[in-house]
Amino acid sequence: MAEVTVSGVSKSFGADKAVDEVTIHFADGGFYALLGPSGSGKTTLLRMVAGFEYPDAGRITIAGEPVENLPVERREIGMVFQNYALFPNMSVFDNVAFGLAVRGTERSETRTRVGEALELVQLTGLDRRRPHQLSGGQRQRVALARALVTRPRVLLLDEPLSALDKSLRVEMQVELKRIQRDVAITTLFVTHDQEEALTLSDRVGILNEGRLIQEGPPHEIYERPETAFTARFLGDANLFTGTARAGQIELPDGTRLASAQPLGADGAAVTLAVRREKILLEAADSTADSAAPPQGINAISARVTRHIFAGSSLTYLVDWGGERLKVFVQNRTGEVVPEGAEVRLTWSPGDTVVVAP
Amino acid sequence: MIGRRNTLARAGRVYMAAVLLFLYVPIIVMVVMSFNASKLYRLPVDWSFTWYVALAGNDKLISAGLNSVWVAVVTTVIATVLGTAASLAFFRYDFRGKRLLQLLLFPPIAIPWLIIGTAMLVFFFWIGLGRGLHAMILGHVALALPYVIVVVTARLRSFDPHLEEAARSLGASPWQATRRVTLPWIAPGMVAAALFAFAVSFDQFVISYFLSSPGVSTLPVEIYTSIRKGFTPEINAASTIVILVSMALLLGVARFYRFGGER
Repeated sequence: MAEVTVSGVSKSFGADKAVDEVTIHFADGGFYALLGPSGSGKTTLLRMVAGFEYPDAGRITIAGEPVENLPVERREIGMVFQNYALFPNMSVFDNVAFGLAVRGTERSETRTRVGEALELVQLTGLDRRRPHQLSGGQRQRVALARALVTRPRVLLLDEPLSALDKSLRVEMQVELKRIQRDVAITTLFVTHDQEEALTLSDRVGILNEGRLIQEGPPHEIYERPETAFTARFLGDANLFTGTARAGQIELPDGTRLASAQPLGADGAAVTLAVRREKILLEAADSTADSAAPPQGINAISARVTRHIFAGSSLTYLVDWGGERLKVFVQNRTGEVVPEGAEVRLTWSPGDTVVVAP
Repeated sequence: MIGRRNTLARAGRVYMAAVLLFLYVPIIVMVVMSFNASKLYRLPVDWSFTWYVALAGNDKLISAGLNSVWVAVVTTVIATVLGTAASLAFFRYDFRGKRLLQLLLFPPIAIPWLIIGTAMLVFFFWIGLGRGLHAMILGHVALALPYVIVVVTARLRSFDPHLEEAARSLGASPWQATRRVTLPWIAPGMVAAALFAFAVSFDQFVISYFLSSPGVSTLPVEIYTSIRKGFTPEINAASTIVILVSMALLLGVARFYRFGGER
């Protein structure tokens, strides 16, 4: 168990800058998700911590020891690959025992530790099976047991759940979290699935084009995105651009919005992010319409262009002066606002987040 | 429709039979005649082991046969090891001139052996290596290498490079990863490649003929020399043995190829 630091790490492949001066501190025993679109450099960063790639610049330490020039096999890490990479010519037992075998561990100890590892991932009794005789979820568990049996200092997971179907993925998320807590191992987890990142980790780092955009606890990253990229990538927030005017934001059509956050000087360009589930959507002809919106509440008028029905919820696509906004509504009443209807959207200034463009 | 399909199927079967006849009848005739005591191929066959007994007393043919086996075994070992190493290098690394090098593997398969043999003879004399079994082994290794590389590379194509990375992440050195993970995966390909290399060497005539020194030759060269001096059915006996060995080997290749294609 150990903390991991990455400081000022860069890596280029030819002219392509895969990772650009990234600095992150991974706390001892923490579960850290690296989230980003494909090509954001998250996998390259993970592979540099693992030792499959060497950084062009910067330092990487594990438990305070610089490792950026150590080969993989001397870093004492455990890794789970996207396709699990189980050895097809070996049984489950031999797969899990592999790391012990190359270290020359004694036979009786190997048997005990493989048994413990298989018990940890709840696969006891399957040790004679071959990888091709296992289900996707079982392979995933074997890969995890194999990575943990050598008692590594860090566990690296490269999109470990992406090959599983949805119901199994949710089950494995719970399992993964339990195992990670049981072993209390520093875990770095690469994913492009935002929900997975938010569910599993206690800290999230958002990467884009090789740079670390923002990092922090999932709740904070979601509620207070610092950039338009984060707001949009995580939860696909609605964005407004306007100008600061007397403590409010004036949109191009003259509407004024309030935010709980400090704005720049008058005349400065401001970008706002509003999450789709924080917006209240009401039909404009309803009785509530005649009443002006309560003081200090942001309100705009728009027209429904489409709705996407997903059973427990609906997502409305609304047109607001040529811009498309999304509003997420819990299906509480069973009513659906028809397409083409005029609606009023309201939300609180506290949910109006100022972001960097 | 059905009638037409049946006709087609029948025609296909007849064609297949014709091809097999064309391929195997001469061989069968030779094998049968090796058991015929009559020197003039008189029929009906007078079954006997006369020519095999005569062959057993023919020291020249036997020593040539042993030479053939020796050269083929050494060639197989060297070509399989070098070829596998080359395939792994092609698989793992991107280096300058890799494509060119891979392309250059194929022309020697197409260049007539007569020309390659002449070139080797001239070259070996020029560098002072001369003729003999050592020259033959060098020549055979050069011939067998492209086959080995092609076969092992084909097998490697189905190998997941993440497996090596997984082994390394578990503490295996590059060599341990290769030995415990990569080599077991490509083993069927290596066996097939080795059988190919053996067959290339064992059946080789032209290059062996050019590179053999007087008095030291391989079985195909010795058979050719004896035929020129005057044919004896002993050669049928020797050829029958060679055919059996070659066919067993190639059937072995076919079996391992099948095995290699699984999964």
